[in-house]
Amino acid sequence: MSDAPRKNLPQITPESAEYWAGCKRHELLIQRCVDCRAAQFYPRAFCTHCSGGKLQWVRASGRGTLASYTIVHRAVSPAYAAEVPYVVALVSLEEGPTMMSNVVSCSPESLRIGMSLEVVFDDWPEGVTVPKFRPV
Amino acid sequence: MADTLRGKTAIIGAADTPVGVVPAMGATQLCIEAILRALRDAGIDKGEVDGLITCNSMADPYLYHAEAMAEYLQIFPGYCGSIGAGGGTTFAAVQQAACAIVSGVCQTVVIASADSLRSGLSRERAMAVQSSSGHPQFESPYGVPVPAFYALIARAHMHEFGTTAEQLAAVAVSTRLHAVRNPTAQMRTPISIEEVLNSRMIADPLHLLDCSLVSDGGSAIVMTSAARARDRRQKPVYILGAGEGHGHEHISAARSLTRSAAAEAGKRAYQMAGVGPKDVDFAELYDCFTPVVLIELEDLGFCAKGEGGAFVASGVTQPGGSFPVNTHGGLLSHCHPGNPGSMFALTEAVLQLRGQAGERQLGKAELALVHAQGGIMSSHCTLILGRESC
Repeated sequence: MSDAPRKNLPQITPESAEYWAGCKRHELLIQRCVDCRAAQFYPRAFCTHCSGGKLQWVRASGRGTLASYTIVHRAVSPAYAAEVPYVVALVSLEEGPTMMSNVVSCSPESLRIGMSLEVVFDDWPEGVTVPKFRPV
Repeated sequence: MADTLRGKTAIIGAADTPVGVVPAMGATQLCIEAILRALRDAGIDKGEVDGLITCNSMADPYLYHAEAMAEYLQIFPGYCGSIGAGGGTTFAAVQQAACAIVSGVCQTVVIASADSLRSGLSRERAMAVQSSSGHPQFESPYGVPVPAFYALIARAHMHEFGTTAEQLAAVAVSTRLHAVRNPTAQMRTPISIEEVLNSRMIADPLHLLDCSLVSDGGSAIVMTSAARARDRRQKPVYILGAGEGHGHEHISAARSLTRSAAAEAGKRAYQMAGVGPKDVDFAELYDCFTPVVLIELEDLGFCAKGEGGAFVASGVTQPGGSFPVNTHGGLLSHCHPGNPGSMFALTEAVLQLRGQAGERQLGKAELALVHAQGGIMSSHCTLILGRESC
């Protein structure tokens, strides 16, 4: 029982392995449908727009805007307590899809919906790299 | 046809267990007690029950929950199952029960659910439940407690419509004023806007008092056909309209943060009932967090889009107001045992429509709207209930 509290580690699946491998290389990958050209996040085997089965990985620009955010004062679990207050956000990527993330390297009070963000990568000691965002 | 179910089924029994902190009974016992109370209220024997719908418990789960409850009661229904649609479960179950009764699959359906989130979960299990919200790969790693998901919605509403923290707080204040009049409510001390704003910040802009309770409790109803509902112990409450709307699973995939599938659920229910928002005397709306009530009021047509904050701040939803909302005290002040939460909104609507709500009985209670949502504004269900079958 001496283990330090663990963060919620992503349970990587066959359809998401490429995405997480990209994060390790500090590249944000999204999928684009070969048939209808729709961009999608998160990774899946079929296109959420046209249901086509041919999806290609493309490197996202890593730029986006802040769609909404909250400043968390009561951590979800002890593993996150040291980071309180931390920012949970929805980020609209330049390519279209929205993803959840943390906004870091900023004072939470300075955040405004619509502001420009760029991706940064957080290498966790558990061996997974998690994409986060910071103000441009 | 949209009116196929209108007035064809009725609630003939409705009852809650004690709620709040109920350590003496686990979730299974609460569920059975709720069912027995509802059967007594209906004045029928358990042998008459040939349909059972439950919702699984977090504190005391079963692989086949409804079957476990049937086994406990030693009833042998021809229609039996558990539904898991989060907070929206209850009303979805009512629509399914109505379908089963009207189609002749069964005649008398009990809908029951109970949980012991306050007393029945270990600290570790409670943490695991909280921590497991959201997509396990693409949301959960970011450390998102449940209130934070709703805080994203609140912030977006504030940004788009100028909604204020005071207006969010007004929801908690109005709901508490109703709870003060309800002897079974968990929280009965009046609160002020300032007290809400001064309560601990949980996930900005949501304060502690913008968040619902964590409770034990159970509740059950008995439904049958309108024809069989006549001449029962209690005056029947008819299901006039029912409708669902499902927008997303994950909030990061929502079509909109400020417009919900409540609009679709409501439209379907109004259409079936042949009524509109202006005909409704009072509403019981899912209030797991204060911003949810504003969006439901707007999407269900009780005020214009974006004006939910001003609507509640004007006082109309309070006791004595022109449009009372959450007359039992809601999830914010009455109780919130998780998935069973909206059951209490349903039993409250039944009591109000029967004229049995005691001190808090509304002057005019002929047509009620109840609405619940599950997930993070994901799955919505609206019911319209009335004292008359058409």
